[in-house]
Amino acid sequence: MTKIHDTTRDISRRNFIVGSAAVAGGGLALGLDLPLASAQQAQNAGNEVGIWVVVKPNNDCVIRIARSEMGQGTLTGLAQLVAEELECDWRRVSTEGLTPGQNLARKRAWGDMATGGSRGIRGSQDYVRRGGAVARTMLLQAAANEWKVPVEELTVSNGTITHAKTKRQTNYGRVAAAAAKLTPPDPKSVKLKDPKDWKVAGKPMKRLDTADKLNGSKVYAIDIKLPGMLNAAIKDSPVYGGKLKSIDDSKAATMPGVRKIVRVGDSGVAVVAETWWQAKTALDALTIVWDEGANGKVSSATIAQHLETGLTATETNGERREGDALAAIAGAAKKIEATYSTPFLSHACMEVMNATVRLTADKAECWTPTQNLEASLAALSSASGLPLTQCEVYRHDLGGGFGRRGGTQDYVRKAVLVAKEFPGVPVKTIWSREEDQTYDFFRPISMCKFSAGLDEKGNLVGLHVRVSGQSINAWLNPAAMAGGRDMRQLQGYWAEPGDAQLGYAVPNLLIEYAMRNTHVPVGPWRGVNTNQNGYYMECFIEELARAAGKDSLEFRRAMMAKYPKHLAVLNAAAERGDWGKPLPQGVHRGIAQFMGYGSYSAATAEVSVDAQGKVKVHRMVLALNCGHAVNPDQIAAQVEGSVAYGLSAVLYGECPVENGRMTSLNFDTYQIVRLAEMPKVETVIVPTGDFWGGVGEPTICVVAPAVINAIQAAIGKPVRSLPLKNVKLV
Amino acid sequence: MARLNINGQNRDVQVAADTPLLWVIREQLGLTGTKYGCGVAQCGACSVHLNGEVVRSCSMRVGDVRPTDRIVTIEGLSPNSSHPVQRAWAALDVPQCGFCQSGQIMAAAALLRKTPRPTDKDIDEAMTNICRCGTYQRIRAAVHQAAGNGNSGTSGRANRKS
Repeated sequence: MTKIHDTTRDISRRNFIVGSAAVAGGGLALGLDLPLASAQQAQNAGNEVGIWVVVKPNNDCVIRIARSEMGQGTLTGLAQLVAEELECDWRRVSTEGLTPGQNLARKRAWGDMATGGSRGIRGSQDYVRRGGAVARTMLLQAAANEWKVPVEELTVSNGTITHAKTKRQTNYGRVAAAAAKLTPPDPKSVKLKDPKDWKVAGKPMKRLDTADKLNGSKVYAIDIKLPGMLNAAIKDSPVYGGKLKSIDDSKAATMPGVRKIVRVGDSGVAVVAETWWQAKTALDALTIVWDEGANGKVSSATIAQHLETGLTATETNGERREGDALAAIAGAAKKIEATYSTPFLSHACMEVMNATVRLTADKAECWTPTQNLEASLAALSSASGLPLTQCEVYRHDLGGGFGRRGGTQDYVRKAVLVAKEFPGVPVKTIWSREEDQTYDFFRPISMCKFSAGLDEKGNLVGLHVRVSGQSINAWLNPAAMAGGRDMRQLQGYWAEPGDAQLGYAVPNLLIEYAMRNTHVPVGPWRGVNTNQNGYYMECFIEELARAAGKDSLEFRRAMMAKYPKHLAVLNAAAERGDWGKPLPQGVHRGIAQFMGYGSYSAATAEVSVDAQGKVKVHRMVLALNCGHAVNPDQIAAQVEGSVAYGLSAVLYGECPVENGRMTSLNFDTYQIVRLAEMPKVETVIVPTGDFWGGVGEPTICVVAPAVINAIQAAIGKPVRSLPLKNVKLV
Repeated sequence: MARLNINGQNRDVQVAADTPLLWVIREQLGLTGTKYGCGVAQCGACSVHLNGEVVRSCSMRVGDVRPTDRIVTIEGLSPNSSHPVQRAWAALDVPQCGFCQSGQIMAAAALLRKTPRPTDKDIDEAMTNICRCGTYQRIRAAVHQAAGNGNSGTSGRANRKS
């Protein structure tokens, strides 16, 4: 096993921080930080007990992590789940990240390394818990063998094994070498704990990965330094699908530090120099002529026209049909119609796209932030021409991911093409913020047309929903669209339980998707299609409640009897959000519920709109049922973060297209919510303990509708397009 | 050629005068705790202290920094993560991905030097760095904690239920 990072240092740093924050004199813990003699270091490497746990002679436990950590806290949550079954001392736990090369060499023993779709915990909880239990079983058996007693007579707590009858004790560190030699039991045969008995999992444990984020010592991929490394700045055709026609490099080629100007595929160019700033300066000095092709004429206006055709088209690409919605609406006492829209959005991860690549005749190596280490390995292999077994991707935690760094791996492929020009030399390619914003895989643009019928009592008797917009699958995964159908764009409107089910019973319901693709690359964006669909549905439901003259909460509740889990989180948000209770002058409340990623979310928002139309969100209460809550404090952190991410989209987020290219290329125009605009967020976790749902993405989809519904309460009219910066509210 | 006083040490670097201080810190001096986020002084990931004031180093030419100017980066804020801001950040588990946090911590430390007991309004005005993970709520609480204000701060107390 190659070294990923020095876990001894990690745990000692963590102990030191905790110790120094709690009491003066973390000196003992700090002592661990002293360099160890090499012999001791070798011995201290530890014993692999099962595949998920390494136990060191000093009783420290290293838990292996296959998924990526991008801030969402999965690393700590997974360690908690393993430690829970392992029964080790949580204070002695550190983690070790696996690489895709290691996984491949062991026939993918550690399973899927992809980290997206809020699956980090729920997608691996079963086998990592079994991994902890397998290790515990082996460690206990090793003690039983040593003492020649039946294993059933042993107990274990915090890594200390006790045989009560003979009053003997040992610990995991002492028996680990013997345990490592045992044959692991079949993971399926071990019994997992009832979550009711959890002591480490389910608790608000501090993150294991905080210490080096506080003092600048954490090495993100963009920070990597390698001997002889060169740096590259890169630019692609600003018009998607455009080609490089000609480059005049007469000025750039002679600039300080410049080593080479490299064509990247048929649409890109990179400057390789000693430092990145030299490369960037020279890149800006190139005179480039692009062949923009027909896409150079596309604009936000032409895209809007294209999407509008999908609102009325007869041909669709997926539908859900119950009863006869069109007839029910036609015969209804009251008919309501509305059309909503949302723009393209970029991810804007704080760490821009980057990849460092070193290619030799028989080895390809890459250092990069990725949500999918195995996809990065595959990209490295295909772009370098070397087989997978001669490739390795080194793990770095990500400076944000949000769906940008998953399966696409465009940045790894391009960085390989650049590095090919310098055999044996590591080349770090960094995208400038402007290039990062240009070459994203954007949240797809869409529109949604509703028509609905209310009976004379104000009950919803028919609902017709038509979504028109771009398809993520069409861009990234056409194989997922059997017969041209694409239900993914209707995420959150599905009938099927368990993932992204619509929580309302409507007697006559027709939901349709009309695919309208553009030349703009699209991909998953934290929360993916639940964002747009949650905003559309929950704001239109609000319009219906008002048209029916009913309370927003009661109107929803009346349609939710068949959806008790949706209803329970709605009730929790309403109760903790003080629904129906008085508010300060000028402050108004909105409510919303929606489902995605196997979890149920609801929110209330308290918002004021001033005389100039400026919106202030004061307080939001979000309720979440994610089934099992592995770390309530980190769940709260994700909920808080989802509010900031969602609110940026509500207030400011849009990537307009002019002349075929994005025009919003940095944070001066692509504005992000800052601290002063952050509302007070209260997280209400209401886990029912009977399923495993996601956490990172589910709550973002209720942020926009809760806020917009509060605005509707404030100004008396709906807001049917985002972002608010383009909408005149008063 | 420029002489810089950084984290208490004088360092001579061979670099063009119009190179942004950020890239000198990262590339010539090898201090990578200071981050590139936008290059246009919008996000604050590149925040460092210049003579005790927080500045956005991506938009400052190294040629405009005098040899006598004292630059402090995240690596030089404290020898062992013991600055009150760092301790508060650890106690409240502020960071998520962590990429912006060097800048956030430097901004908070500069705020507290000037305003030892900031109000929420002071924090709103001083803490303008972007965090894409959205750790703002904890940043606010941690600034108050570092100031000894308690978790909610002066005006925050009025918001607290119970």
